[in-house]
Amino acid sequence: MDFGLSEEQLLLEKTLRSFLADEVPIGRVRELRDAECPNDVGIWRSLAELGATGILVPESLGGSDLSLLDAALVAQSLGHAVTPAPFLGSAVMVPIAFRALAGSETDGWLRGIAAGEIRFGVAATELFSIREEAGTVLSDGKLNGKAMMAMDSCAADFILLTPDAGRLAVVRGDAPGLEATRLATTDATRCATELLFAEVAPEAVFEGAEAVIERMLDAGRIALAADTLGACESMIEQAVAYAGQRKQFDRLIGSFQAVKHMCAEMIAELEPARSLLWYAAHAFDTMPEEAPLLACHALAHISEIGREISSVATQVHGGIGWTDEQNLHFWFKRISAARHMLGGPAWLRERAASLQGLV
Amino acid sequence: MDLQYGPRYEAFRAEVRNFLEAHKPEKPVGSLNPEVRHELVAWLSLQIDHGYWARTIPETYGGFGAEPDLLETVIMDEEFNRAGVARGMAAQGPSMLVPTLLEHGTEEQRSRWIGPTMRGEVIWAQGYSEPGSGSDLASLTTSAREDGDDFLISGQKIWTSGADKSDMMFVLVRTEPEADKHAGISYLLVPVGSPGIEVQPLRTMSGSIGENSFNQVFFTDVRVPQSSVVGRRGEGWKIANTTLKHERNSLNSNAEGTLLRLTRLMRQESANGVCTLESPLFRDRLMQLQARALSMKHHGMRMLTCSLKEERAGVAGLVTKLQNCQLNFDMSSLAIDVMGELGVLYDHTKYERDRGYWQAHSFFSLGLIIGGGTAQIQKNIISERGLGLPREPKPAPA
Ligand SMILES: Cc1cc2nc3c(=O)[nH]c(=O)nc-3n(C[C@H](O)[C@H](O)[C@H](O)COP(=O)(O)OP(=O)(O)OC[C@H]3O[C@@H](n4cnc5c(N)ncnc54)[C@H](O)[C@@H]3O)c2cc1C
Repeated sequence: MDFGLSEEQLLLEKTLRSFLADEVPIGRVRELRDAECPNDVGIWRSLAELGATGILVPESLGGSDLSLLDAALVAQSLGHAVTPAPFLGSAVMVPIAFRALAGSETDGWLRGIAAGEIRFGVAATELFSIREEAGTVLSDGKLNGKAMMAMDSCAADFILLTPDAGRLAVVRGDAPGLEATRLATTDATRCATELLFAEVAPEAVFEGAEAVIERMLDAGRIALAADTLGACESMIEQAVAYAGQRKQFDRLIGSFQAVKHMCAEMIAELEPARSLLWYAAHAFDTMPEEAPLLACHALAHISEIGREISSVATQVHGGIGWTDEQNLHFWFKRISAARHMLGGPAWLRERAASLQGLV
Repeated sequence: MDLQYGPRYEAFRAEVRNFLEAHKPEKPVGSLNPEVRHELVAWLSLQIDHGYWARTIPETYGGFGAEPDLLETVIMDEEFNRAGVARGMAAQGPSMLVPTLLEHGTEEQRSRWIGPTMRGEVIWAQGYSEPGSGSDLASLTTSAREDGDDFLISGQKIWTSGADKSDMMFVLVRTEPEADKHAGISYLLVPVGSPGIEVQPLRTMSGSIGENSFNQVFFTDVRVPQSSVVGRRGEGWKIANTTLKHERNSLNSNAEGTLLRLTRLMRQESANGVCTLESPLFRDRLMQLQARALSMKHHGMRMLTCSLKEERAGVAGLVTKLQNCQLNFDMSSLAIDVMGELGVLYDHTKYERDRGYWQAHSFFSLGLIIGGGTAQIQKNIISERGLGLPREPKPAPA
């Protein structure tokens, strides 16, 4: 019994963080906000070289076959550095779904993900929130309709789509009849897309995938929670560093109790949430019956503390925190965009209640 | 990360379960009341014999002498919680004094006090706070003057939980009036029955419910031998800090159990013909609390892992008290809201729910937010020691 990270996991985290600090510093993130899609191919390739994209891919397909906890640590590091990368969909949700499907049809895709040659978008929003009359219909082998706020889909090689709660479809990014429009959001580090389908022929359809989809969403929720946790962690670090350097009234602002208490409250929320996240990821790997509840709680809770931490950490900086130049807003916006990506906190809590028979 | 129990631990769990089935007391035996204290002592002694209490304390000091094992601790707590029985005794002696003696006590002090304390034969109170010294504890003025081989203690302690039911107190006193604030304090073990000690109970906000009593303790030339000092003279501040550390660690409450109880209440309560669990607003609050309770549960496991591996938990270790106490208060607040206008019923009156548990729990958890270092003091510690923020500048002397 050991409730903590292993040596290997600590090393993974360290390697990744130092790579991101060197190769994807905030200056690079700033450049990418003007790109057509922030999901830079070069970053993705480098992540593949580090073994990050294939973290959940079987070894026989070129991956490292690690656990969701390992993947969550990668997601956390990406959130910490606000790195643009389609990691959540391509490296977490898609591999989890494909591995849970029988057969070898998906092997080629998994191999491509591990090699950094393929990027997947994921369109699953309508499973938990239908707006703007979105919804896709799959009949007679053709897809029609609209998917909103699809993840990382504007320049994806393939898109994994859930036309309904029981079926998964894989569509080529350049399939005839598919129109992908990136929607501008506040978060410059991620890509949200509207997908219009007109008689699109999927590459593959998997029937009877209800449990697979649930599991894919659980994994996505845990990894997304990790991303937000990492972003929060960085915001606290930045706030504490600033408080230890900025002077007002001839004192470091960090010596003012009001500022100290803001920092203490942030870290007091963060650390237990980290423990919850570890447990949720570990439950996903080893106690599947507990995972759905924990995935909901972890994401809902971390989204809530994320809102508070992102606001307070900005306040610690005063006026400069509100500027574009200080860059803090990249973290703030990444956290706020994550909040509704796989179900908002209230929706997740209602699901948590219903999973326990309380509704 | 490895939460597998494995056959050895499953066997241990079965053993604990069998023990509880065979020996679980019919009614709670936590009372310190002199007439029934022997029941408590017998029950704690039985737990020690089987290794479910004082488990890792050496046999020479009256413990069971097992190697520390996180999983065994978790299993024992889980099984006792499940059976609805307190494991051991949640009191200042076992949770604060004993770890302090193990760390700093003399051989004589350990042999004399640890066993009887763990068995409930000797009940302890913590004499730290004074009317003028609470958060700023190091400013305390209760003094101990040397008189031959003895000390003579004079002064006043306050907010002393359980002093009226205690046999002994561990007390902070000033032995070196010339030394500066922190260097002049010693940690003394004092029999509450000593001539010159007067204990005056204070009524608390919980009123009649619960065994938590508050007291003032007056000392007038109370004589104790100098051998009653734990650690060295003048090192009391350091020793007290280890005690406080143990106090804060031991405040790892069973939030999960409280949450279950709250869920049960919500199933039972209805207003305007609608079960409160059916109210989306109440349900949402319950789920928010559940996420926090799960966080604190697993945070506790993470902290235990750190201490077993002798790793420094860093700032993560400093947030537990602050978060657990607030969580407990918030759980009772939801319970009281769920009961609506009947939430204030108290003192075993007609229509009262759960025998007044939730109001008592609310008062108690508010007390814990203040006691053992207030929430604000916790935040000072977290930010200064945990995050390395600069200390408050000292005001220039007037
Ligand atoms: C239920 C309960 C049980 C207790 N049991 C015991 C016991 O058994 N033995 C014992 O010795 N004591 C006990 N205490 C006393 C407890 O330790 C003190 O009440 C506590 O340390 C606060 O001290 P104080 O009451 O003097 O309040 P004060 O220190 O006067 O604090 C008043 C307010 O000022 C704030 N404050 C003070 N200093 C600072 C600062 N530097 N920065 C920011 N805010 C500050 C506090 O947070 C608080 O809000 C108990 C208290 C309670 C409530």
